[in-house]
Amino acid sequence: MTVDHAPPDISAKSGAATLAAPVGPALEPVVPAASRGGRLRSVPRWLRRTVGPLVLLALWQVLSSTGVLSPDTLASPGTVARAGADLIGDGTLPSAMAISLQRVAVGLLIGGAAGITLALLSGLSRLGEDLIDATVQMLRTVPWVGLIPLFIIWLGIGEAPKVALIALGVAFHLYLNVYAGIRGVDAQLVEAGQALGLGRWGLVRHVVLPGALPGAMTGLRYSLATAWLALVFGESINADAGIGFLMNQAREFFRTDVIVVCLVVYAFLGLLADAVVRTLERLLLQWRPTFTGQ
Amino acid sequence: MATDLHGPVTTMATATPDAVRVEGLTRSFDGRAVIDGLELTLRSGEFTALLGRSGCGKSTLLRVLAGLDREIEGTVLVPKRRAVAFQAPRLMPWKRVWRNVLLGLPGKPQRAVAESALEEVGLGHRSGAWPKTLSGGEAQRASLARALVREPDLLLLDEPFGALDALTRIKAQQLVAELWQRRGCAVLLVTHDVDEALLLADRVLVMRDGVIAHDTPVGLDRPRTVGAPGFAGLRSRLLTELGVEQPAAPSL
Repeated sequence: MTVDHAPPDISAKSGAATLAAPVGPALEPVVPAASRGGRLRSVPRWLRRTVGPLVLLALWQVLSSTGVLSPDTLASPGTVARAGADLIGDGTLPSAMAISLQRVAVGLLIGGAAGITLALLSGLSRLGEDLIDATVQMLRTVPWVGLIPLFIIWLGIGEAPKVALIALGVAFHLYLNVYAGIRGVDAQLVEAGQALGLGRWGLVRHVVLPGALPGAMTGLRYSLATAWLALVFGESINADAGIGFLMNQAREFFRTDVIVVCLVVYAFLGLLADAVVRTLERLLLQWRPTFTGQ
Repeated sequence: MATDLHGPVTTMATATPDAVRVEGLTRSFDGRAVIDGLELTLRSGEFTALLGRSGCGKSTLLRVLAGLDREIEGTVLVPKRRAVAFQAPRLMPWKRVWRNVLLGLPGKPQRAVAESALEEVGLGHRSGAWPKTLSGGEAQRASLARALVREPDLLLLDEPFGALDALTRIKAQQLVAELWQRRGCAVLLVTHDVDEALLLADRVLVMRDGVIAHDTPVGLDRPRTVGAPGFAGLRSRLLTELGVEQPAAPSL
């Protein structure tokens, strides 16, 4: 537009920017995205993501070596690393991890199957919604950690109550998000599917389920986080193996280094789970036209 | 598509010269009849435009003909093979373009089937793209390819050019005219654009008060232009039918 109204003697003005003030508005350059942000943006993203944890680690080491943090309160990173190496060396940590991972896997599987099945039943049919949704919504308000005593009475103190606790936490998260995902599918797309001649099962398979996938992924993330949480709770009661058991033992001997090792393992496993979900999302949701940050 | 359903939308026997027969169709929303005893016959291979003011029920009529709205009274006979292109392309964002085109086709059609349909609308090179990477015009052409691949006897177009910019719209209109001439299917184009209706259709209907209030053939030679003789007269007549007052002497 400005071009139309520009006076013909542009060339005369462009050389003398200071004189142009009364003629038009002040101009500012639109900087190309590539040249913006400077050096920090040229660092690979995975490297930038490690900055936060590394700073935290350095701070911890400084506090420990200056004596601000006494070893009784929290062992220094060096001690923790040594304890970790010892635990790995004598095979305690790998076997504990294997047992804990197995509990999470079984709990995820059972809870996931239950949560997704219920979500499909109530998401896809109005009858299912009436029968299932209200019940699940009611049950989910019960804090599941509060069910530990009941689980012990019902299931004893073996593997069952631990797995059940994990399954319960997982099932609710998956149920809620898959259900919301199904009900959030664009009705216009469902109608388009009908117009294209898709039957009921075709609609579910080609329209509803793919549309519910982003919701399901969110549910998976939440439920993985809950699974670790439930694992910690579950293993703090009467466990005779697993990471939680290792932690309880360390508590009795005031071994803060071992406790921190266990916490680091929990965090590491959590990160690993997150990475798995991220990869899944990248593969399954590449069609999604969403904002990915600048 | 609709044969196995027990709704009043029934499929008629093949080899009838009529592509659509509607008798005494009524569709009410909360007791208010949007379509009120409507009668309509569309002939095979005819390009019909349905005009009407916003909210007059023209889109509802199209949805009834598509079999998407079955809360109706009256008789509606439509061909078994029919296809719809909506105002929004409504491509499944999780399916690549060619999978979108094949969606809902019976059997296991090959990608080549989709690609030849995409070629026909000039989109062969985008067959493997995600819908999110298509421009508005491309998405609408993909939607058109998805309708055409079904080889419909009746093609229903619900303001398919409404969301396109002026330049893309002209090209899309030309494309639809070409495709119709090549395929020879009956087309019902729902629009509120009188010029568009006159450029494309053999016959223009105006819907008002829940019935077809005005029905006129368009005897202009093809290809048509807005300045063709007789165009202005038809245009002003239709605008009057649509309740639009115009200046006394249009200077064309």
